[in-house]
Amino acid sequence: MGPRMYLGLTGLATDIKTCHDKLKFRLNLYNLREGRDIHPKTFASIVSNMLYEKRFGSYYLVEPVVAGLDPLSYTPYVVSMDIIGCLSEPDSFVVAGTCSRQLYGLCEALWEPDLEPDDLFERISQALVNSCDRDAISGCGVVVHLM
Amino acid sequence: MYKLYFCVASNGIVVATENKHKSILYEEHSVHKVVMITNHIGMVYSGMGPDYRLLVKRARKMAQQYYLVYNEPIPTAQLVQRVAMVMQEYTQSGGVRPFGVSLLICGWDNDRPYLFQCDPSGAYFAWKATAMGKNYVNGKTFLEKRYSEDLELDDAVHTAILTLKEGFEGQMTADNIEVGICDAQGFRRLDPSNVKDYLANIP
Repeated sequence: MGPRMYLGLTGLATDIKTCHDKLKFRLNLYNLREGRDIHPKTFASIVSNMLYEKRFGSYYLVEPVVAGLDPLSYTPYVVSMDIIGCLSEPDSFVVAGTCSRQLYGLCEALWEPDLEPDDLFERISQALVNSCDRDAISGCGVVVHLM
Repeated sequence: MYKLYFCVASNGIVVATENKHKSILYEEHSVHKVVMITNHIGMVYSGMGPDYRLLVKRARKMAQQYYLVYNEPIPTAQLVQRVAMVMQEYTQSGGVRPFGVSLLICGWDNDRPYLFQCDPSGAYFAWKATAMGKNYVNGKTFLEKRYSEDLELDDAVHTAILTLKEGFEGQMTADNIEVGICDAQGFRRLDPSNVKDYLANIP
């Protein structure tokens, strides 16, 4: 979504596209109005708000993850939410998607505080590859982004 | 018209206004001119009271809406922009008249104070110090002489009250002026007892 912020969406492919477009629209307007980079936490709040707007109606079937760095201090931040925008903000890791249960297990075993970028990359890749192996409906390759 | 003065210090911002009453029977400290919009933003006006109250209501609502969406207090510049938009709409819509007020909005964000003036046309300006309302020209000239970049908050309160005293008709007391302060702790209106302490230091 920006140079130091990613939005991950899993779920129904059509809703992923719709959500991505709508959020890009809201984010662009924010950037124009305020003339500054958004904090990932603020962006997560926009996402959560948008999802909860449809709490009692035709909700979007997506599970978003927002990851980014504070635009001023570069402090990392991750958050995930459910399909109606309930935020969970652990200071460790978040997972979402088809093999999330497998990912929880591996991340809990492999993650530790204050990992260096190289180490973090290795562990997150191992977690993903091995979780996909344990789940029949997940796979088809893995992409890791390092911020 | 009333007169009011604003003064930005390095560590805060001060607003002072007169709040004179026509009769001695009037209950002071019941209707205020200096009001809080959010914890870190305050507002004051010159012009028509009822129009002001509507704008206060709208500003407070807009600030809370912003907080609801972004989970972050509204930046002063954003609030001013939105209030100005409301004021502009009332210059162009049918069946309504423009607002009969000019606003001064002060706030604290990004570790520095902000001061904006907002006119009925929807135009807005950022100031370091300014005066508006009755006799504003003299007030501005006075502030131009008194203002300096590294003013401390206490000195700013002093300067603001002193500016207000210029051409004040009658005796200035803690009951016929209002003073608001905005700093890192947020916005607050000073109690009459606090104002009295500041007045005591003025010749």
